[in-house]
Amino acid sequence: MREQFDVAIVGAGPAGISAAHVLGGRGIKTIVFERGEYPGAKNISGGVLYGHDLARILPDFREKGCPIERNIVESRLWYLSNDGGYSVAFRDRAFCDRLFLNAFTVGRARFDRWFAEQTKEKGILVVCSTVVTDLLRDARGQVIGVMTDRPEGDVKARVVLLADGINSALAAKTGFRPEPNPHDVALAVKDVIELPEELINERFNVETGQGVTTEIIGEITEGMDGVAVIYTNRNSLSVCIGANLSDFVKSRVKPYEMLERLKEHPMVAPLIRGGQSKEYMAHWVAEGGYDSIPGLSGNGYLIAGDSGMLFNALHREGSNMAMTSGRFAAEAIVEAFDKGDFSSNGLAGYLERLDGSYIMEDLKKYRGFGKFRLEHHELFTTLPRLHSFAAREMLTVDGVSKKEKQRIIWKAIRKEISTGKMIRLFRHGWGSIK
Amino acid sequence: MNVICCLKQVPNTAEVKIDPETNTLIRAGVESITNPYDTVALEAGLIIKDKYGGTVTAISMGPPQAEEILREAIALGADEGILLSDRAFAGADTLATSYTLAKAIQQLERPAPVDLVLCGKQAIDGDTAQVGPGIATRLGYGQFTYVAEIREIDEAKRRITVKRKVEGGFEVIRGPLPAVLTVELDLAKPRRASLPRLIYSLRTGITLWNAETIHGDPQRLGLKGSPTWVKKIFSPPLKQGGPVFDARKEPRRAVEDCLNILLADEMFAWHFLKRWER
Repeated sequence: MREQFDVAIVGAGPAGISAAHVLGGRGIKTIVFERGEYPGAKNISGGVLYGHDLARILPDFREKGCPIERNIVESRLWYLSNDGGYSVAFRDRAFCDRLFLNAFTVGRARFDRWFAEQTKEKGILVVCSTVVTDLLRDARGQVIGVMTDRPEGDVKARVVLLADGINSALAAKTGFRPEPNPHDVALAVKDVIELPEELINERFNVETGQGVTTEIIGEITEGMDGVAVIYTNRNSLSVCIGANLSDFVKSRVKPYEMLERLKEHPMVAPLIRGGQSKEYMAHWVAEGGYDSIPGLSGNGYLIAGDSGMLFNALHREGSNMAMTSGRFAAEAIVEAFDKGDFSSNGLAGYLERLDGSYIMEDLKKYRGFGKFRLEHHELFTTLPRLHSFAAREMLTVDGVSKKEKQRIIWKAIRKEISTGKMIRLFRHGWGSIK
Repeated sequence: MNVICCLKQVPNTAEVKIDPETNTLIRAGVESITNPYDTVALEAGLIIKDKYGGTVTAISMGPPQAEEILREAIALGADEGILLSDRAFAGADTLATSYTLAKAIQQLERPAPVDLVLCGKQAIDGDTAQVGPGIATRLGYGQFTYVAEIREIDEAKRRITVKRKVEGGFEVIRGPLPAVLTVELDLAKPRRASLPRLIYSLRTGITLWNAETIHGDPQRLGLKGSPTWVKKIFSPPLKQGGPVFDARKEPRRAVEDCLNILLADEMFAWHFLKRWER
């Protein structure tokens, strides 16, 4: 006999577990399926979470022992050529007090496990090492449950929430979210490098418990549309680099070699010197933006988080969108139970909430950003090189007059990029993020 | 058949490293798992239950988080999970551990006699292989170590026939029940829990026993009952690689050299001849 649940959630990541928290709080009988041995075992992200979105689900997350690595007090942006580059950084006292835990780093294996653990007292069942292989449907096509890879592995559910991430075999199988196009995903690799806590404090100029995020673009992605990040954890650094999958296909660059070269870059090497590589991993990032978002709801099901391509590629925000979309999905499901209607009509509250929130507003705002980057590869080749050349030229003291130097710089720039192209670049760039 | 399976939660030694300076285990961040040999013991118990009926009770001694492995056992089909957890049990060596487990099994004998106690042949963290035999001795049960196959259980005559691994081969022996078996990995392949059982295991409670429940003598429990002292832990030096035969220039010569060394080894020659005879 198949047990009947109110809600089955596929995936115990931030989206799925956020939904479970809300549903458990309302006494809705919920089961969560996780393919890893424990929640977080297979989850990867740069490692930054946002306090605002988490607090909406667990207001007392700090008191409940949320495994926070470092509170982010400074954000750095680097624009690098192969030999050096520009650095911009912003730090504010507010991030230490008023905006404490606005953003913080976590280890996903620990955080996700903790986050899921907190749902237990709300009566949520989290079933691990279990893969959801397909959905159960009735004669009319309404989703009425899930099938898993275990013996007697079917359960019935009034609503299924698909929160199984970017790399979802289920999404492809059901056709709810077709396999993403190569230009809609990035492939990222990450190395966690262990260093003593005090050494990280010194190297990043922070107090204990404080952290820094560094976002890097430039020649480091070898001409591909991509980005690298360095995040500080308590006693390790997450060094991560990724690029658009379609660029990888064309360039044949090997991701791990790109990561190794990043680690040797003059801006990066001193930060990680003496560190021990502890973990190495790879993951997809949903970079397609607004236009790659599939239909997020249907009869008897909803899609949340990365699985629904909810990711802001410019601001590297994904975990917050996952949490909040999970919460919205749960709230819509609660409404559907009140109405007794589990069709896409009954679940319409989900899309309404998404549309009325920062999630869809942001994704709409940046909808052209992906296309802009893919059409302007000079952002990752000629431009960082010219920028570095200009600065290096101006800083070289060699008896040449500044006016002459400016002339040399302009000449170099004009030789590589026509004025028309430069204007187009600025116009498109501004247009894609305004 | 009433079967008891003894399970131990161990750090996943595939991930454990030894700190070269202090010579102690670095256990931080290492996942805990059920000792792989014990998962086979549990599977053997479940197969017996499938075949002969009866019950399978999983017991473990350890800290409260060892509850996890008992829950897994219930998911796989064990009827009950009993966790022996008490500060008084802490720091036990194999002597105190086998005493504690034997006392617990005596409690389990009360409602219905126990037929079989199944243990892994050893734990992957300590590798002593002493607890199973220790339990058998204390309970006065027969003991069958390194069991690779359970040939037959004769319920009427109350005896069991097993194939066990011995140096250089196997041995088939028969003995009376109740008995303690310590099992090899090749005895059975652990099954995958069904979804309804897995869900049941998450909802069910684990029975918690302490020193009082098992009527243990405080002097024989935990650190007090453990005469073993660890003097030093060290990593054995890395083994040097064996001889290398370069076959690029003179392949015939390389093969000859290799064979000469192999045939000089009596055991190799013996195995080779035996195979050739067949």
